[in-house]
Amino acid sequence: MDVWFFLIQALNGVQYGLLLFLVASGLTLIFGIMGIINLAHGSFYMLGAYTAYWLALKTGSLLAALVLSLPIAALVGFGIETLLVRALYKRDHLDQVLLTYGLILVFNEAQKLIWGSDVHAVAMPAVLNWSFPLTDNLSYPIYRLVISAVCAVVALGMWWVIAKTRFGMWVRAGASNREMVQALGINVKLLFGLVFAIGAALAGLAGAIAAPVSSVYPGMGDSVLILCFVVVVIGGVGSVKGAFLGAILIGLADTFGRVLVPDFASFSVYAVMAAVLLWKPKGLFA
Amino acid sequence: MSAPKSSPESSIVLETRELTKAFGGLVAVNSVSIVVREGEPHAVIGPNGAGKSTFVNLLTGHLPASGGQVLFRGRDITSLPAHRISRLGIGRSYQKTNIFPTFTVFENCRLAAQSRLSSSMRFFRPARALADVNARAERAMELAGLAARSGRVAGTMSYGEQRQLEIAMVLATGPDVLVLDEPLAGMGREESERMVTLLKGLAAQYTLVLVEHDMDAVFSLAHTLTVMVNGTLLESGPVDVVRASQAVQDAYLGDGAEAY
Amino acid sequence: MSRLPRPVAIALLALVVLLAAYPLYGAWLFPAKHAFLMQKITGIMILAIMAMSLDLLVGIAGMVSLGHAAFFGLGGYMLAILSPEYEAANIWIVLPAALAIVAAVAAIIGALSIRTTGISFIMITLAFGQMGFYFFNDSRLAGGSDGAYIYVMPAVEIAGISLMNLENKLVFYYLVFGLFIGAYLLLKVLLASPFGRVVQAIGVNESRVKGLGFNPDHYKLVAFVIGATIAGLAGFLGAAQYGFVNPAMLSWHQSGTALVMVILGGMGTIFGPALGAFVLELARMGFEGMTEHWLLPMGLFVIAVVLLLPKGLAGLLLQLGAKPAPEPEDEA
Repeated sequence: MDVWFFLIQALNGVQYGLLLFLVASGLTLIFGIMGIINLAHGSFYMLGAYTAYWLALKTGSLLAALVLSLPIAALVGFGIETLLVRALYKRDHLDQVLLTYGLILVFNEAQKLIWGSDVHAVAMPAVLNWSFPLTDNLSYPIYRLVISAVCAVVALGMWWVIAKTRFGMWVRAGASNREMVQALGINVKLLFGLVFAIGAALAGLAGAIAAPVSSVYPGMGDSVLILCFVVVVIGGVGSVKGAFLGAILIGLADTFGRVLVPDFASFSVYAVMAAVLLWKPKGLFA
Repeated sequence: MSAPKSSPESSIVLETRELTKAFGGLVAVNSVSIVVREGEPHAVIGPNGAGKSTFVNLLTGHLPASGGQVLFRGRDITSLPAHRISRLGIGRSYQKTNIFPTFTVFENCRLAAQSRLSSSMRFFRPARALADVNARAERAMELAGLAARSGRVAGTMSYGEQRQLEIAMVLATGPDVLVLDEPLAGMGREESERMVTLLKGLAAQYTLVLVEHDMDAVFSLAHTLTVMVNGTLLESGPVDVVRASQAVQDAYLGDGAEAY
Repeated sequence: MSRLPRPVAIALLALVVLLAAYPLYGAWLFPAKHAFLMQKITGIMILAIMAMSLDLLVGIAGMVSLGHAAFFGLGGYMLAILSPEYEAANIWIVLPAALAIVAAVAAIIGALSIRTTGISFIMITLAFGQMGFYFFNDSRLAGGSDGAYIYVMPAVEIAGISLMNLENKLVFYYLVFGLFIGAYLLLKVLLASPFGRVVQAIGVNESRVKGLGFNPDHYKLVAFVIGATIAGLAGFLGAAQYGFVNPAMLSWHQSGTALVMVILGGMGTIFGPALGAFVLELARMGFEGMTEHWLLPMGLFVIAVVLLLPKGLAGLLLQLGAKPAPEPEDEA
């Protein structure tokens, strides 16, 4: 195995990890701030992918589709928080699990009703549809670099918002101590709605931007959801920094697992998770 | 199961040696050494944040110590987990009511009494068929003045009664030493008086270690006294001596005794 | 808390009688679908056993597992792996062996998992469950992702004399019915025992249990293994019924479904999750009959139940069946 091969796999792993981070960061914030275990978070990823696919067909431009699919995911997220999740804040975590499980069924079936059960490819924009040559016979698709770059920019933006703005201060307060949010006189309802909407938008963006690489297919949210839970737990529930490191770790474990131990690729991700939890039961940054 | 009273020079039951607990940089308990003798009620007092609750948690294994030792009848119990310490005979009650709110009063006490079986890994006979466990639970309820409440669901009782249950559960474990963390916390006057009477009765049968805010109660119950301030031990010894100590007078007991 | 209110007990007993007598009136009531329904009900009872076993963990001991299907699937796979290909396995060997292996695996997974609590416990059990799934999915043992067939039902014989013929659907129905009732009674007996009381107390207030002098980890581990082994029995029965095992038996979807049955039915009541299994599966059957997009009404149904029934179906029943509020016995 030569260096180039390793480099390509590492790039793929980091790209996958960054993508997972977009989804997982919302998941971890929603749990940390609102105490909600949102099983339907993967559905936002699927929603983003399918709206991007559909809008790209309608508008002929992936960029336009990407930009438009963001507010759609955010709106759906906001609506779900306001109409359903809000009724359950005082209930047991498991009731929220059950509710969001029900939502998964609804989303998955709605997807089939609207877009059917086929797998659809999403065309890459022509400008990005080329590969960067590495050696004589190895090259790296530029679109994957773009995905990584976009995700990295969003991650940086998130860091800036959380670390530097007033809204970010609420978020930090809420994630470290949920009761404190009420005590600080923050508009809790609005904060919760916004966090849920932003989480949904991030997941939607991830789905949309990944669509040209992954295609869109029924149930695509489920596997991402499980991986993101793995990420969140490894990183420490509620910690965005932890989600970032966890995502990169899982992205690399998954990618290298696939090439090094193809028979037990998926196994490797869960083995990493079990190992981390046995070492630090509350995750790396709890 | 209370230990027999020994010679006039009664033996040391519980002792800490330079017991210390730090949370990160914050030293909550700093090198505290005390001695508790058989049958002599001992009180730990100090203002809020003095480290009293942390101290209790160290005594009973609810927190691991950062340094120093806890000795129970000469045996080092510093690193034992809470359940092992409980089984050695150090029973504790909690500052914040800590019961099984969905269980009846009897079931709370029964479970506490059941903890003294050599093992509860018994699967097929009903727990209620254990006659001696039931008897111990009933006796504990009686001692704590809850006999008439036996069938009540614990969470539906008044606060004062829940505090009594807290004590009853400790008693049901048949302890040797009772470590009571602010048994009077949050109680009204009447409830307090009832509790003090109860504690006086218990002091005759058990070695009491009492963490308390209520000075009247402390002076009417304790023989020996430890004063903590900011995690450190200010003075420890017979009540009269400690009360007369200038340092304690200055720092704590003086005019401001009612202040907190 | 251990005794059910009379009306609820009577209602449940009536349901049990209906279930026991189904083979007698089913053919008359649903002439066209009788065989199908009998098979369906057998399957639901198997799932109910699994749901009740999960309730021991989730509702009683407070350990929310999202990996319970791993033991269900493992029980099934053990039958497939231990059975000779074209002849009947000896049930007195395969069943104990399967359960022993499930229990041993559960002891290892449980010992590692109970080091964590709360959401970490949910996730670590999920991780072990997924490891189990991929173990059978990716390895060539027992057919990989295609699964494996069990061509012949195990034989139940003593000294060469056949006690029951499991190939007979009616016999199998009553075997499963008996084990379903047996599992319920076993769990009830366990809960009333000194062990059960400690486990129940752990679910309410674990740190207090520790303060009383119990080591909660021991009790949680034993409860975990018992729950897993009962789930293994259910998986064994499921594999025997359909003559087929595949990795989906171990998937997190299966674990999630069992968890939904527990929550929907009412956690911590044992009978609730069994009820949850019936309601969820019958609802699914009904929706499947109505539309090919049955998941949509199914999801809406689940959402409606959460919003409207905070304590599940059992909570509703217990509320309806509760005696008029017990008069507070006031002190003098």
